[in-house]
Amino acid sequence: MKAAAFPPGLMMPHIRPGRILCWTLLFIGGVIMVTPLLFMLSTSLKDASQVYDLRVIPETPTLDNYIEILGDGRFTRWLMNSTIVAVIVTLSNVFFDSLVGYTLAKFRFRGRYIVFIAILSTLMIPTEMLVLPWYLMASQFGWIDSYWGIMFPGMMTAFGTFLMKQFFEGVPDDFLEAARIDGLNEFTIWWKIAMPLVTPALSALAIFTFLGNWTAFFWPLIVTTSAELYTLPVGLSSFAVEQSIQWEKIMTGASIATLPTLIIFLFLQRYIVRGVMLTGLKG
Amino acid sequence: MSTVSHREVASGGLWSRMSLGQKQVIWAWSFLAVPLVFYVVIRFWPTFQAFYLSVTDWTITKPAAFVGLENYGRLLGDPLFWQVFRNTFLYLILGTPISLLISFVVAYYLDRVRFMHSFIRALYFLPFLTTAAAMAWVWRWFYQPVPIGVINDVLSSFGIPQQPFLRSTSQALPAVLAPAVWAGLGFQIIIFLAGLRAIPVTYYEAARIDGLPEGAILRKITLPLLKPTLVFLVVFSSIGFLRIFDQVYNINTNDPGGPLNSTKPLVLMIYQTAFSSYEMGYAAAQTVVLFVILLVISLVQLRLMRDR
Repeated sequence: MKAAAFPPGLMMPHIRPGRILCWTLLFIGGVIMVTPLLFMLSTSLKDASQVYDLRVIPETPTLDNYIEILGDGRFTRWLMNSTIVAVIVTLSNVFFDSLVGYTLAKFRFRGRYIVFIAILSTLMIPTEMLVLPWYLMASQFGWIDSYWGIMFPGMMTAFGTFLMKQFFEGVPDDFLEAARIDGLNEFTIWWKIAMPLVTPALSALAIFTFLGNWTAFFWPLIVTTSAELYTLPVGLSSFAVEQSIQWEKIMTGASIATLPTLIIFLFLQRYIVRGVMLTGLKG
Repeated sequence: MSTVSHREVASGGLWSRMSLGQKQVIWAWSFLAVPLVFYVVIRFWPTFQAFYLSVTDWTITKPAAFVGLENYGRLLGDPLFWQVFRNTFLYLILGTPISLLISFVVAYYLDRVRFMHSFIRALYFLPFLTTAAAMAWVWRWFYQPVPIGVINDVLSSFGIPQQPFLRSTSQALPAVLAPAVWAGLGFQIIIFLAGLRAIPVTYYEAARIDGLPEGAILRKITLPLLKPTLVFLVVFSSIGFLRIFDQVYNINTNDPGGPLNSTKPLVLMIYQTAFSSYEMGYAAAQTVVLFVILLVISLVQLRLMRDR
């Protein structure tokens, strides 16, 4: 697959100086890209006396910052809040976006096109415009400072629905027809037959939804007022303000917020990259 | 299978007398029922409400009363709005071309590199997975004066004078933009790589047989065939830069959008109008303006890119 992307003749096995230069420049660029992350991690492993020593490898690395910050309980609470919110919203999107995408792709019924256009049209509306009505709604129904308050705007997305519809259109009708003849009901056909056929798209949707909710800042900042309910980015922001210039503490907090997604990436790199590519081509 | 027969018994034979097409319609609407309620209540209704609120004087303390286009008139006469408007467009017209140029060059050459390909790709992609609110603090630390700030330390070791970065009205906006560009590059590179791979090899073979030089292949084959990818990325990243907030808010928490509002984007103005001044009606008018800007920019770009 990969080899096919190269014009033949360019991939002559003999090594050319241009090649080496190109590789080296790309490598240096890549190292520059991760420099902020390296500095963040290395500073989180230093004590206050070493912060101004800008060596990337700390002289005497210590986990004291982590022990102190995780020990005071707030960060563990925010980690839990972020995890709960991101996981539930992701599951909801995987379920509902694909259910709607499947229905729009595979059922023939009057009104199908209108429903599709209506859902798609919500893509034109920026979140920022809905935030004030959502805030009004949340305060009327008492959803301020609750998990549901943080989660409700994102439980389904037009983007996910559109993505899943594109992929379900590629599922052959014969498969579904065969299952119908076997007497399976439509829900089972969707869940047991169609869903397994679109797992690459499902993993892309799951990754995007999780990442989007894990890093979300604007809405959680608005809808949470008590520190108990902060998500990690909002909590980190308030924590960093109160630390003022204790950069090693702030970098530790930033590392705690960033490491989970980086570690997930190390394990799922192939799926994540494939997911981004799929979205770019179909979305 | 047993569920089907139960259902047939339960619905007293009505279900079993329906044609397959009728059953399909019932299934379809039952699948759509909950999502439709969601879209109506959480998307459509708030959209109309946002337009309505924008013509009221709603604040936290007093109920909304209709004031016509007063909020819009006030916005047009507000010098802060024009400052913010200018900033928002600066984020767009600096951020989009710079990030697309860098990511295209990286992707173009990365596509030819096979030695440790996925490792290098990972280096570029990692920043995309970070939390903007967290990374703003890292960059804020980088921009500090000597001896704290990494960038100024490097500059001074080369004998270059200290730069004020976030403290200067002229340097602050590019300094805030840098982490946003940085974090988005990985995504754009991956999309460009996917686009480059989708170009059939036969085109390149034909061009080589014709003896086209490398530069001509790039201009005549690669770029034209990448147009769908390019359109997607231009629209996608423009919308991202027009909605910039997390970085700006966190990189200067003492005075978000400062110094002297020189980094304040529209979304931050909306946030402060609504949740610091509690002028909800006025903030709603600003969100409508944001909506119009996003709509116009997307349509113009789609149009331009399609025509060429």
